[in-house]
Amino acid sequence: MSFVDIIINSLSSLELNYTITLLLAVVIPGLIIFLLMTVNAIVAVYMERKISAFMQDRLGPMEVGIFGFKGGKKFWGGIGQTIADAVKLLAKEDIIPKDADKFMMILAPFIIFIASFITFVGVPLSENFLISNFNIGILYILAMGSVGVIGIILAGWASNNKWSLYGAMRAAAQIISYEIPIGLTLLLPVIISGGLDVHSIVDWQLENRWLIIHSPFTFIGFFIFFVSGIAETNRVPFDIPESESELVAGWMTEYSGFRWSLFFLSEYTNMLIISLVASFVFLGGWGSPMTIFNIIPGDYMYLDGPMWGLFWLLSKAVVLIFVMMWFRWTFPRLRVDQLMYLCWKVFIPFSIANMLFVGMWEVLF
Amino acid sequence: MSDSKLIDNSNIHTEDMVLNMGPQHPSTHGVLRLKIHTDGEVVSKIEPIIGYLHRCFEKHSENLTYEQVIPFTDRCDYLSSMHMTHAYSMAVEKMLDLEIPERVEYIRVITAELQRIASHVFFIGVFGLDLGAITPVTWMFKDRERIIDLFEMLTGARLLYNYVWPGGVSHDIPEKFVQRTKEFLDEFEPKLVEIDQLLSTNKIFIERTADVGVLDKDIAINYGVSGPTLRASGVDFDLRKKEPYSIYDKLDFEVPVGKGDMGTVGDSWDRYNVRYLEIKESIKILRQCLDSIPEGDVHEALPRKIRPKKGTIYSRYESSRGDVGFYIKSDGKNIPSRVKMRSPAFSNLCILPYLSEGWMISDVITILGSLDIVLGEIDR
Repeated sequence: MSFVDIIINSLSSLELNYTITLLLAVVIPGLIIFLLMTVNAIVAVYMERKISAFMQDRLGPMEVGIFGFKGGKKFWGGIGQTIADAVKLLAKEDIIPKDADKFMMILAPFIIFIASFITFVGVPLSENFLISNFNIGILYILAMGSVGVIGIILAGWASNNKWSLYGAMRAAAQIISYEIPIGLTLLLPVIISGGLDVHSIVDWQLENRWLIIHSPFTFIGFFIFFVSGIAETNRVPFDIPESESELVAGWMTEYSGFRWSLFFLSEYTNMLIISLVASFVFLGGWGSPMTIFNIIPGDYMYLDGPMWGLFWLLSKAVVLIFVMMWFRWTFPRLRVDQLMYLCWKVFIPFSIANMLFVGMWEVLF
Repeated sequence: MSDSKLIDNSNIHTEDMVLNMGPQHPSTHGVLRLKIHTDGEVVSKIEPIIGYLHRCFEKHSENLTYEQVIPFTDRCDYLSSMHMTHAYSMAVEKMLDLEIPERVEYIRVITAELQRIASHVFFIGVFGLDLGAITPVTWMFKDRERIIDLFEMLTGARLLYNYVWPGGVSHDIPEKFVQRTKEFLDEFEPKLVEIDQLLSTNKIFIERTADVGVLDKDIAINYGVSGPTLRASGVDFDLRKKEPYSIYDKLDFEVPVGKGDMGTVGDSWDRYNVRYLEIKESIKILRQCLDSIPEGDVHEALPRKIRPKKGTIYSRYESSRGDVGFYIKSDGKNIPSRVKMRSPAFSNLCILPYLSEGWMISDVITILGSLDIVLGEIDR
């Protein structure tokens, strides 16, 4: 069961026109995804600010409250800061440089936004909270995840700024390179579980064990996937496309206001998507931590259910997002050739070898 | 340089792209403008363009009395103001042949070494920032803040002190200053280990800095590079040891020299590490001075009127950036007829086009960061 199925089923009893039913089945999930993206960005930005603040011996945002509620002394302080920021961004002047390619510059943020938007269609939040259940789930996520790079190149090229161009070229090279290890490691669950869709992968894990501890090779695979995922979302230590101290802001240099906030929104959405995919492919999806070894068969039913599923999957994703933020505030940045070296000479050979060994493991054990 | 080029594309002829880095750029440390000729990411030529912060310090000094010049020297190297005033005062004292009380010399060395720590600590933070590590800068700022607080207690100012005067210092140290400085050192010294763990031994940090921008011994000497940048290339030259001024000949300290622990001698990691080790040496000097500071009057030797005899003088001083020189020409009046400052950061910056050739844009930032320039001092 997926979200679209539920909507179509419940609307069929109303005997509406077929077109209206279809329209509703598209618009309602669309709104839900948009809401999810916005809420995620607001929460993640607040989280990032607080985490960075605590790592740097600061307090972070402490002043802005919401509805008269200012939050507690330390952690909940300044809880309305990101909402205030969002309002500020929307109210800001939208600057387009004189010599920029106007049409493409306006188009680019939407392509990037739509790329992360439609990727979300295939990403589950719990067993039934899945917008649409494809039988090629993982393939779809992979394919749609790489659409955004077109927008990045467009944005960099259309800005008519040398820094933007550098950022865009770096981003394109980086994202296309890191697609390969991601694709190769996402094939491991396919080999093991024998299905491309979300449900068959997670169900296999719930019946047997989490993939991360299934064999040593999937264990390596998880780390290759996660590190490549960080590179795919352009975060430290792989943030060379927007490296602050070198390229000012990379391909986003000339953007401001609403268009810039679309970039921001999609960046945080990509973070969530990578974390969710890593959680449901390697960390047992919506299963509770009891399912990690599955020593007693059938034990996974404990703490199970639609709400618990949402809770477990989101918790796993939030932990991974925290790790990403932790990296960001700890590591320096790699150079562009070192980044390529890491991808082509370390990750890709390792993930190809990984595939071979996982295949052998499956035959032998 | 050919062996350190990353890509050899000498047989393909393409046009270079000229990239203007600065004067407004996150990591040009002020208002430096770099005209970078690039081929893709690889830099083929760099032209540094300076002068955006030119304030006519040298010409202005010709219309001011000797005392009035002191606050202007503060503003040259705003990250180590104590060193600049100290260097200038030494030059004037040399002209006047003044005997300086022991207590004054101790106070001057204490402030100079505190300032050296503050400047190097700032360098470590900003160097991390140049490489994309954001956390070290906030940690380092916290420690620098403690030093600035000490200076505030001492002089009333936080950045530009006007403290060291020819013949003495503006006022004696406050009652609790020695004790508070000791407390600071006790808390600060163990904290250096944290920075070692976060930055110096970080794999990515080493990848980015080791073997990048290697400055050979002889080239460094030929370009007139000085200070920690020179010492990182393996030259054991510190004015505090080689031409001891003040009370440095009485103190026991070592001069850290680049050894190429992570790569080649004279690479960016060495330039970073020499500064890191210098902080430890400064702590050592401070502890010795604080323990044996003599009693006395700091205003004893202050001249009523500074009116040197006709003649010229050149005096050298080891600041946190290198060899600061003051050339002063007097024609017997109470205003100098010419003041010329040898700026160490200027000579250090001259090496940048040579070092960055053939490296990537990211490495230019690394190399520029590792030279630790202050534009206020370069442009004067």
